Amino acid sequence: MSYVFEILPSLLSGAGVTLQVFAWVLVLSIPLGIAVAFFMQLHFKPLNWLFHIYIWIMRGTPLLLQLIFIYYVLPNVGIRLDRIPAAVIAFTLNYAAYFAEIFRGGIQAIPNGQYEAAKVLKFTPWQTIWYITLPQVTKLVLPSVFNEVINLVKDTSLVYALGVSDLILASRTAANRDASLAPMFLAGAIYLILIGVVTLLSKQVEKKFSYYK
Amino acid sequence: MLELKNISKRFGDKQILSNFNLTIPDKQILVIVGPSGGGKTTLLRMLAGLESIDSGEILYNGQALALDELGKRNLLGFVFQDFQLFPHLSVIDNLTLSPIKTMGVSRQAAEQKASQLLERLGLASHAGAFPFSLSGGQKQRVALARAMMIDPEIIGYDEPTSALDPELRLEVEKLILQNRDLGITQIVVTHDMQFAENIADILLKVEPR
Repeated sequence: MSYVFEILPSLLSGAGVTLQVFAWVLVLSIPLGIAVAFFMQLHFKPLNWLFHIYIWIMRGTPLLLQLIFIYYVLPNVGIRLDRIPAAVIAFTLNYAAYFAEIFRGGIQAIPNGQYEAAKVLKFTPWQTIWYITLPQVTKLVLPSVFNEVINLVKDTSLVYALGVSDLILASRTAANRDASLAPMFLAGAIYLILIGVVTLLSKQVEKKFSYYK
Repeated sequence: MLELKNISKRFGDKQILSNFNLTIPDKQILVIVGPSGGGKTTLLRMLAGLESIDSGEILYNGQALALDELGKRNLLGFVFQDFQLFPHLSVIDNLTLSPIKTMGVSRQAAEQKASQLLERLGLASHAGAFPFSLSGGQKQRVALARAMMIDPEIIGYDEPTSALDPELRLEVEKLILQNRDLGITQIVVTHDMQFAENIADILLKVEPR
């Protein structure tokens, strides 16, 4: 038990880094994903092509590879980023692609009649999105979005590849130093707690949106 | 008075209307009846700005209206066959959102107007309810009230009886006749001949071409 308290500070500081990356990616990737999803509805061919290629690359290559590309390859063309910003950008681009697909599905599930009703009631396209479509889409996509959010908590562990001292790297360091697996289990427990919190939050949010069917 | 002159419309290679003429006097009920495929719903949708018009002329009180701006003109308030209420908004918000956001009406004024309409339609106690909890007949009355909130010149109904139980037909008849007594010009599209004959001031039969 005393060993746990010995390694806990460094693991918690690692968890802080994990949460930092997680929070940044969340607040950046969801709006970006929503924007991409709505722009894809414009049926402007060149833009749609661009978005399809973007989503294809993001979903078609490992996230680890994307991280490495942004951190190690981009400096060759003069774009030099610190570890955490590089990780945040890579994760954001990757998760925005998944969120875009989730929201695109949600948008397409809204009956065309809702748009027509909005049109005859003289709402502008922006008002239609803001007041009519987005609230309904949000309810529809909540379960899938929270699924991705839970994935994101765990995926942040990939930042170890850039040498960011997150929860996983902190526990590996301790495990190697002390020749013990306990730090790994402790890291696992911390991930479980984090995901437990996200799960509880998801239940709350879904409940908040359950006022209508 | 609304006048349609030489209206033509085609979808792909299917001619829906060709050189179609129609006059709708104020404060009357025009019922367009006929089997599906005759273009009656298309006609209503064109007046609401939901479908483009290929050619022709539309005059309201003698004044020509730009065909591509019917959507902005607030000519026809549309009551959808399946109502298309906004499921995430309460009844009162379904009614007041458009006047508040698109016409700059104050929330207070909009809610007052909405309450009066709901009162007249017997829905006063449902102002805070959400659409999923309403019956078909109630949804339709909310849809009508919502269309009337932005004061269109004409109210158009697309198949108002088709989504309702047969015994509610009488209720719809009463509602439409009550609106006529209030001086509202109305267009009703239906395939229900009996219903059409009961309410029509002018009955127009359309056959598929």
